[in-house]
Amino acid sequence: METSVATELRLGLPGRDESEAKITSVSNKRSSSEMDDSCDPQQESVAPAQKAQVVGWPPVRSYRKNILQKKAESSSDGSAMFVKVSMDGAPYLRKIDLKFYMNYLDLLKALQNMFKCTIGVYSEREGYDGSEFAPTYEDKDGDWMLVGDVPWEMFVTSCKRMRIMKGSEARGLGCL
Amino acid sequence: MAYSFPEEVLEHVFSFLSLARDRNAVSLVCKSWYEIERWCRHRIFVGNCYAVSPEIVIRRFPELRAVEMKGKPHFADFNLVPEGWGAYAYPWIAAMAEAYPFLEEIKLKRMVVTDESLELISKSYKNFKVLVLTSCEGFTTDGLASIAANCRHLRELDLRESEVEDLSGHWLSHFPDSCTSLVSLNMSCLGSEVSFSSLERLVARSPNLRTLRLNRAVPLEKLANLVRHAPQLVELGTGAYSSEIRSDTFSSLADAFSACKQLKALSGFWDVVPSYLPAVYSVCSGITSLNLSYAAIPSSDLVKLISQCQNLQRLWVLDYIEDSGLEALAASCKDLQELRVFPSDPFGAEPNVSLTEQGLVSVSEGCPKLESVLYFCRQMSNAALIAIARNRPNFIRFRLCIIEPQAADYLTLEPLDAGFGAIVENCKELRRLSMSGLLTDRVFKYIGTHAKKLEMLSIAFAGESDLGLHHVLSGCDSLRKLEIRDCPFGDKAVLANAAKLDTMRSLWMSSCSVSFGACKLLAQKMPRLNVEVIDERGPPDSRPESCVVERVYVYRTVASRQRLDMPDFVWTLDEDSSMRYS
Repeated sequence: METSVATELRLGLPGRDESEAKITSVSNKRSSSEMDDSCDPQQESVAPAQKAQVVGWPPVRSYRKNILQKKAESSSDGSAMFVKVSMDGAPYLRKIDLKFYMNYLDLLKALQNMFKCTIGVYSEREGYDGSEFAPTYEDKDGDWMLVGDVPWEMFVTSCKRMRIMKGSEARGLGCL
Repeated sequence: MAYSFPEEVLEHVFSFLSLARDRNAVSLVCKSWYEIERWCRHRIFVGNCYAVSPEIVIRRFPELRAVEMKGKPHFADFNLVPEGWGAYAYPWIAAMAEAYPFLEEIKLKRMVVTDESLELISKSYKNFKVLVLTSCEGFTTDGLASIAANCRHLRELDLRESEVEDLSGHWLSHFPDSCTSLVSLNMSCLGSEVSFSSLERLVARSPNLRTLRLNRAVPLEKLANLVRHAPQLVELGTGAYSSEIRSDTFSSLADAFSACKQLKALSGFWDVVPSYLPAVYSVCSGITSLNLSYAAIPSSDLVKLISQCQNLQRLWVLDYIEDSGLEALAASCKDLQELRVFPSDPFGAEPNVSLTEQGLVSVSEGCPKLESVLYFCRQMSNAALIAIARNRPNFIRFRLCIIEPQAADYLTLEPLDAGFGAIVENCKELRRLSMSGLLTDRVFKYIGTHAKKLEMLSIAFAGESDLGLHHVLSGCDSLRKLEIRDCPFGDKAVLANAAKLDTMRSLWMSSCSVSFGACKLLAQKMPRLNVEVIDERGPPDSRPESCVVERVYVYRTVASRQRLDMPDFVWTLDEDSSMRYS
């Protein structure tokens, strides 16, 4: 067998044209607006570049993909949920679409990226005690609340705007 | 003339043989043993529903009570098998309904099951006890209603990971008040809310209930009520683990859990609010299996929970656990046997969490009993794989998915041949391997040389030439299932190893370099193999024979090679050696 099979020697990476075409990454760098209003409902990530998807790769079962996907279907209007985000000391505000995130973890990571600050980890007792900054929001009743106290879905529907406060100021808002 | 024991004696002796392998061996001894054995076999497992026909099974084994069967090939899980390919349960169910009035158990995996089938099951078997549908599809909650309503002695209803068309939650209310026999109920894959009061009453009247896996729609506030009715539970899958933070909900939940002295497995945890996790702390020391693969919570919260579970043997978790969390796992869970780390953001271009090869290295160092791994990550090195292999020569299953196809060793930019080579060389008991990353033919040489106990191998975007495939087919003595996608493997290796395919359950190749001509040749050469060309571009003989096929699925069979349920994109060889479709 060894003698009759030609072992192709290559200098470059193995691979074939067909498959390479399929897996070429497509870099969709974001335009200056943070959010593309005609966004692809399949996008799950905040990251600027999305890959052209290969069928069945990575090998994740579809029910696992669906579980983690934002339940955009349940909020059936499909429209975005933009809220203004201010940060103490920052010269101007930003706007984000809350429906773009799947959970608090995603949101906080995105905020930290956006404002180049550290927010730290939430705990029920101490809020964000010890962190440089603490995220807060104004809810439907006009009250300022600490981000993280209520279930994510409830937060998304009741949040009107957000303010990232200096940690020292936020202490008074922690659950007692 | 041979004198042997009376039949009854032999039958009694055979009744101690539970493994199919042993019974198969016994039936080969002589004709009379074959006869005696086949009349007293009660349980069969059919690994490929097309390897045999219902008629053949029924003719040979007239007294079956339990049937377990698998349908579609594994890659169907990742949408590589087109819709409508096959694996229909109905012909089996219909045939068995006539032949086995005393059938008690049906377990199906990756098959298409209709409501009609479910209704037939519910009405045909007076003593039906166990229905397990793993990764099945094609039925609705109406079918479940039939099962609930008609199976008076139902013990197990397990729908794990099936795709059910959820018309309503009403099906659960069809369990009659007289049904008290439930031991296991797994409805975690369903979307709709069931009537909570029906569920509560069902749980309350099932004293033997050991496994209860709820679906996401069961709210946390109600979980305590259910658990209180079933303190004897061994396995619990919660619903959504999310609620406004209230101390009365918490304490009610914590109390309910503390009464569960037998609880060994926890799962569910959709939409987790970390503050509620401590409610399960009282059972953690007994927990051996934890499925947190839907729990999107930071590493620190995951670690707080996991470090309470000193007896943990199996952990399924999202990559939110990060390297630091895996290090903590390695430190606290010395009994760990199985770890699966799933990606939270599989399609994102950039990593969203700090999970690297280091996490797996830590666990391989710290957990001496670790034998089964499924790990998704974004970078890997030969050095790490070699370290892992040296740490854990006891691996039985090693499945590594580096998310970027053909990703090289990120430190040296070399292929990962040496790393995977170390795995197969050190782990002499390895039975299952899935590979990823940049791999040349060399890794397959290592596999063919060392992986003598390997039974299942999954390959994607790897290799350079037919030599790679040849190494595997000629070297892996125990190989049963081989699935390959997007690799430059073609005719030469397949045809040179045609006889090997007869010793395996199946070979799947998609987006490879196998030509239509080779498929025909293989089918002609090997009459007991079914060579299915699965190609959605129209008849393969409308193109030159040298044209590569989209997919080929080869499996051994004693049934007809022209299965009657082939869709129009599947071709197999006909008696007159032309490729036909039904």
